[in-house]
Amino acid sequence: MSANPPFHPETLALHAGQSPEPNHRSRATPIHFTTSHVFDSADQAASLFNLETPGHVYARISNPTNAVLEERIAALEDGVAAIAVASGQAALHLAITTLMGAGSHIVASHALYGGSHNLLSYTLPRFGITTTFVDPRRPDAWREAIRPETRLLFGESICNPGLEVLDIPTIATIAHEHRLPLLVDATLVTPYLQQPLRLGADLVMHSATKFLGGHGVAVGGLVVDGGRFDWAQSGLFPTLTEPYEGFHGMRFVDESPITAFALRARREGLRDFGACLSPMNAFQILQGVETLPLRMQAHVANTLRIAEFLATEALVERVAYPGLPDHPDHALARQLLPHGAGAVLSFELKGGRASGRTFIDALRLFSHLANVGDAKSLVIHPASTTHFRMSAQDLTLAGISEDTVRLSIGLEHGADLIDDLKRGLQAVSRLLKR
Amino acid sequence: MQVSIDDQTVFTYTGGRAFAHDAPVVVLIHGAGHDHSVWNLLARRLAHHGFAVLAPDLPGHGRTAGLALASIESLTAWVGRFVDAAGVTRANLIGHSMGSLIALQFAADQGERVDKLVLVGSVAPMPVAKLLLDAAHDDRDAAHAMINQWSYSPGAQLGRSASPGLHLPNVNLRLMERQAPGVLATDLGACNAYTEGLAAAARISARTAMICGACDQMTPPRAAKPLLQALVNARGGARMITLDGAGHAIMAEAPEALAGAVEGFLATA
Repeated sequence: MSANPPFHPETLALHAGQSPEPNHRSRATPIHFTTSHVFDSADQAASLFNLETPGHVYARISNPTNAVLEERIAALEDGVAAIAVASGQAALHLAITTLMGAGSHIVASHALYGGSHNLLSYTLPRFGITTTFVDPRRPDAWREAIRPETRLLFGESICNPGLEVLDIPTIATIAHEHRLPLLVDATLVTPYLQQPLRLGADLVMHSATKFLGGHGVAVGGLVVDGGRFDWAQSGLFPTLTEPYEGFHGMRFVDESPITAFALRARREGLRDFGACLSPMNAFQILQGVETLPLRMQAHVANTLRIAEFLATEALVERVAYPGLPDHPDHALARQLLPHGAGAVLSFELKGGRASGRTFIDALRLFSHLANVGDAKSLVIHPASTTHFRMSAQDLTLAGISEDTVRLSIGLEHGADLIDDLKRGLQAVSRLLKR
Repeated sequence: MQVSIDDQTVFTYTGGRAFAHDAPVVVLIHGAGHDHSVWNLLARRLAHHGFAVLAPDLPGHGRTAGLALASIESLTAWVGRFVDAAGVTRANLIGHSMGSLIALQFAADQGERVDKLVLVGSVAPMPVAKLLLDAAHDDRDAAHAMINQWSYSPGAQLGRSASPGLHLPNVNLRLMERQAPGVLATDLGACNAYTEGLAAAARISARTAMICGACDQMTPPRAAKPLLQALVNARGGARMITLDGAGHAIMAEAPEALAGAVEGFLATA
């Protein structure tokens, strides 16, 4: 008698966290559209509030539909718990505020989604939390930026839109040498392409709006607790190790050394900051997660084909996609992303900003909008949109030029997408000949 | 709460409130490769409903230093010193799996100090498959995978946690990984080597409840019958409470049902 192997991602994506509900035996996850849940008795009510009995009380803290999504993503990520929130930005905020307060410091990759960069650069300093940005490819830069008040290292699995690949094992080792956790934004890879927790990360966050949902209809976010970081041994996280007067003096590591982070994030972060996810959005994201493995395979196959096409085009100066052999992180991508380097790529057109505008306007299948990870292919000019608040210097550091065009490759037939890109390139060619 | 034995601090969880010296005491003893946190819900429930709770990390487990003890008898002696150090003269004892064997032996040895005895997920003897014993020595990841598969009911293998957002099988994996190398092997060896269970059961004077999960593969209900019979025939008497749908990880899988069963039993005259 031996143990069966763990369930595969394809199975977890369909089943984890849910069994047919007991009342009506619904196979699909029901949408629990309710703000609150009826107590059996006064004693049970008190017991639920006091964490003596698990269950749902009020939708800002938890909801049965959201709980299925949370447990499913926790299982897919090899985490111990997940918390669904209103957006990816809310996920990042929740992770940070659970771990630290005013006077704390973060070391982050300088190649981040523009919204994350804004939060760290401009907004959190107003609340006393500062960030030092470093080149994600330089381990020494991470190490040198750590200060006594540092409480978190943060980067993206694949940086957006420069497509640098984060060396998670190396950065995690640096973090752990300093008794610090590593938080990884795995939005662009999803747990099908990479499980950062298995590579050494301690916390993972997602904008579920992107590939997890995949349909572009629901905004949502998730934070996943890996359960391996020893908060008590670190000694740097009083929010988890010291009595919390906001919950009758609870020491979260005493309640559970494994799920202390998730416990505080839900009991304080959701309760007080309130960035909860609508159960409708959770349901819609769950519909996407069910087909995540199939979709990611198709996304990756299309993306590689298109990256290879663009790399041969004379009007394209440079293609950034870790799946291409000439990408500086190609070897690292093969090691850390064996199932593929995601479905976002960027490239630079000859002719500057005017070429970019002409190219985008000529496309018919690619939708020009500010999102990635839709089943439909998307295009955007980051310097004038998603990253427009960044200074020229920060743009350069983030690997973005005036010429950079970002594509999120969808599930259309690859030949149709290439035809559309040819249409855009022909328009640029006509522009440059004028 | 910090309790010291031989100048060694024993990490002791008290259910989220200060230990009430004037309340009836419940001592919760965890199982192999675990620590106090497997009891957190039940401990909170009891601590806020009239009991003084002590849930220690056994030696070498969780945040209690030292080496894991290699026999149920030595663990039982340690629990005796622990309750002495805590200033407890009488207590209700609740143990899970390996912890149930410790509670059983303690109740046999020091029956005058035990009010009621609750054995959760228990059989005696408690033979451990050689495959698992070998894996615990040589391949911890494989051992953890086996334990997880046999500890959770089929439904819970994929998760359906009563605690929102938790994926229970992974919580159990991380908890076992957190223990020092060798702890699990020592614990399982202690369970496997313990042959005094039925003899101990015959000497129990405390009223006893056995609580088992209907889907338990580690200590299945049918395997619990010899121990139950020995306890029924003992002076204290015994009853079996079976929780539908639950596996061996009863505290995680069926916390509300377990709390109801324990509270109901402790409330009996």
